[in-house]
Amino acid sequence: MHSHILLSLSIHIAAYKISLLISFSLRSLTIINCVLRYYFRGRTNSNMQRQLATMKQSLFDQGYLDEQFVQLEELQDEVNPNFVEEVVTLYYRDSVRLVQNLEQALEKNPLDFSKLDSYMHQFKGSSSSIGAKKVKIECTQFREYCRTGNGEGCKRTFQQLKKEYATLKKKLEVYFQFARQVGPVEKARRPK
Amino acid sequence: MNGIITNAETTTMQFHVLAVDDSVIDRKLIERLLKTSSYQVTVVDSGVKALEYLGLVDDEIANTNTDSNPISTIKNHHEVEVNLIITDYCMPGINGYDLLRKIKESTTLKNIPVVIMSSENIPSRINNCLEQGAEEFFLKPVKQSDVNKLKPHLMRGKGKENQPNFVVNKRKPMAECLSPDRIRTKYNYI
Repeated sequence: MHSHILLSLSIHIAAYKISLLISFSLRSLTIINCVLRYYFRGRTNSNMQRQLATMKQSLFDQGYLDEQFVQLEELQDEVNPNFVEEVVTLYYRDSVRLVQNLEQALEKNPLDFSKLDSYMHQFKGSSSSIGAKKVKIECTQFREYCRTGNGEGCKRTFQQLKKEYATLKKKLEVYFQFARQVGPVEKARRPK
Repeated sequence: MNGIITNAETTTMQFHVLAVDDSVIDRKLIERLLKTSSYQVTVVDSGVKALEYLGLVDDEIANTNTDSNPISTIKNHHEVEVNLIITDYCMPGINGYDLLRKIKESTTLKNIPVVIMSSENIPSRINNCLEQGAEEFFLKPVKQSDVNKLKPHLMRGKGKENQPNFVVNKRKPMAECLSPDRIRTKYNYI
């Protein structure tokens, strides 16, 4: 009977010791896991940052963006981390009405070049403010055709402008999507 | 929009800039640029709104009031203190040049420095603006280096604003008089 009690006690103590061991191991594993994840996220993040920089450089090299885009980026900080994306989104939203106005105005007969030029002046201004280089070039060309009263030239240029406008939009969407992945990852993984 | 600077706030020497532009993108840009320089910013989308904000109501608008009481023609008699006005040139309605002219013609507002922005580099336009009293003419898109040029004009503006101006205009007796509260020796804190 005596040995019966001793045996159950030993089992209880053993079980208790094992549970302590397991919880300790689990805690260490969690800590090790956190450290490893931070280390590896850091490594992958710098790769992603490099990819992002390459993406951006190619947009500049191919003439889609100019120096103004850099100026916008310099206005970003911890308080306004998405300023450039906000401005670009605002541009694409606001310029829809200008594109519509231009489309309607180009369908009129005869063409009102003064009105067309006025719309394009606004469009060029906004495009210039976000650093949309190729779009701006088309705007300038359009205004030149307005000046010389060349309706066909205006219509042709407008088609080209819409292409550049749409292409830039897609490229920037990809760029910002990637930038958002790169940015927050760095900040969220910082240990306490 | 808090345009009122109390005595407590003047110790931090915060300048208040009024920005005027009809383009929503350019408004966002100029606001951010000015805030980066730690200026307090108010942004409006037209020359008319700018004049309303500054308390300068157009005589034509004032005369259509059936109430002949002169006090009713003043929209903003509260202490709106603006240290600099930066405005776009090409705007529908009152353009930047007209706005500049109205400000310089006003006895209460003429000491406020005005800066013009334009996307077009037209020498005659630039000269006209400078001759009319604009301090600077910035080509758009406006950059941080342009905004950095505003500081000396702002400092000068604050100094001038403290000169007592008790000219009483018969047409707008209340609007032209500075109340004693506006006279503060802020430059003690420079």
